[in-house]
Amino acid sequence: MGITIALPGALQPYAGGSSEVTLADRFGTVGDALAALAERHGGVMDRVTDERGALRPHVNVFVDGENVRFLDGLGTALGEGSTIVIVPAVSGG
Amino acid sequence: MSPEARAGDVVLLVGTMKGAFLVWSNAARAEWRIEGPHFRGESVYALALDQRGGRRRMLAATRSMHWGAVIRASDDLGATWSEPDRQNVRFPEGSDDALGNIWQIRPGRASEPDVLYCGVEPAALFESRDGGESWSPVEGLLNHEHRKRWMPGAGGLCLHTILPDPADEARMAVAISTGGFYRTDDGGRSWRPRNAGVRAVFLPDPYPEFGQCVHKVVHHPSRPERLFLQNHWGLYRSDDWGDAWVDVANGVPSDFGFAIEVHPHDPDTVYIVPLDSDQFRCVPDARLRVYRTRDAGASWQPLETGLPQHDAYDTVLRDALAADRHDPAGIYFGTRGGKLYGSADDGESWREIADDLPPIVCVKAAVIGAA
Repeated sequence: MGITIALPGALQPYAGGSSEVTLADRFGTVGDALAALAERHGGVMDRVTDERGALRPHVNVFVDGENVRFLDGLGTALGEGSTIVIVPAVSGG
Repeated sequence: MSPEARAGDVVLLVGTMKGAFLVWSNAARAEWRIEGPHFRGESVYALALDQRGGRRRMLAATRSMHWGAVIRASDDLGATWSEPDRQNVRFPEGSDDALGNIWQIRPGRASEPDVLYCGVEPAALFESRDGGESWSPVEGLLNHEHRKRWMPGAGGLCLHTILPDPADEARMAVAISTGGFYRTDDGGRSWRPRNAGVRAVFLPDPYPEFGQCVHKVVHHPSRPERLFLQNHWGLYRSDDWGDAWVDVANGVPSDFGFAIEVHPHDPDTVYIVPLDSDQFRCVPDARLRVYRTRDAGASWQPLETGLPQHDAYDTVLRDALAADRHDPAGIYFGTRGGKLYGSADDGESWREIADDLPPIVCVKAAVIGAA
């Protein structure tokens, strides 16, 4: 069983219009899964992380309902069939 | 969008904290039409219209609070804009830096119509050699030994001024807040600080080799070696590409300010908008006045006809003052309070073009058909 990554509307144009991306492989951490996402949809990852690979300050990533900022960040471990949800933080222009 | 734009029409490219606006008029510049916002909710600190080499390309630096900054392009005068899939301005792999914002887009020399530059935060210079499709850092400045000692000002550590020498492809200057004024004479391989005579009131040594908080530098292409510099306290001129600077704050109410622009047809005529002080960044005495010199800084005169002369607690930022190339020239500026003013007579008289835009951070003026 792989994992599912849910994308907010603003990022779906960079994933061919998809609201979800399913990755069939097993991944140890959120960062591993996002690296795989980057290979498939680089435009999504450019907007989620900066060029150093750090999560942008106004983007939140949840794993099975928990914000990774309060876990181990991109090093947060993934379970079998985990769901990753990417959402913009409460901020805006 | 204005697909019906004709040669001689004027477009103001107005960048705000919540998007960009295109403000159109004809050569008379009596009536204006506001079109926008483009990039709703994104700040736009840099805009340009590149009319070299037969193209008519608008470029916009847009920054989403969530998703970062990119440069977008429009080849139909703003009717449609590119949506780059990838972050097209980025620090190289292994860098400690990440792009914060893009502060300046500068088309290069007429002799190099595919070359553009952009200045970013944290301070670095990027170059495009394909008309703005792709960008790469200018390594000579990126790896400069001073770079780690530059410090951010209130707006961030930004490279905001880019001055290619139109007569010499090896020479170019940039300005950084705070870092100072730097010049290359070898096509960007090496850069030397050129700040002799420019104050840094916030440092123990008020005249350091570098580290000044230069707010903006301008020159006229017909006399590129003559530079005018608005400093964080201080108004200066150089006649030798920055080798030496002299104080020209003669008769201004304050030598603090951000915005400075040169007249399109006279290298000795320059416009500024003085501010009260660094602690109170509003126009002096709550009177909105543009100051103009016609003698290269020997004297300055206020221009206030048509501008509010009481209760004007407003600010004009470093890139929010611009001139078109008509004769007489159109002079324009936008304020943090969202007001856009214009003059169609070299600054003698002014009128309000817009009064309720979001905070304005950038104003560029272009005449359609004039490269």
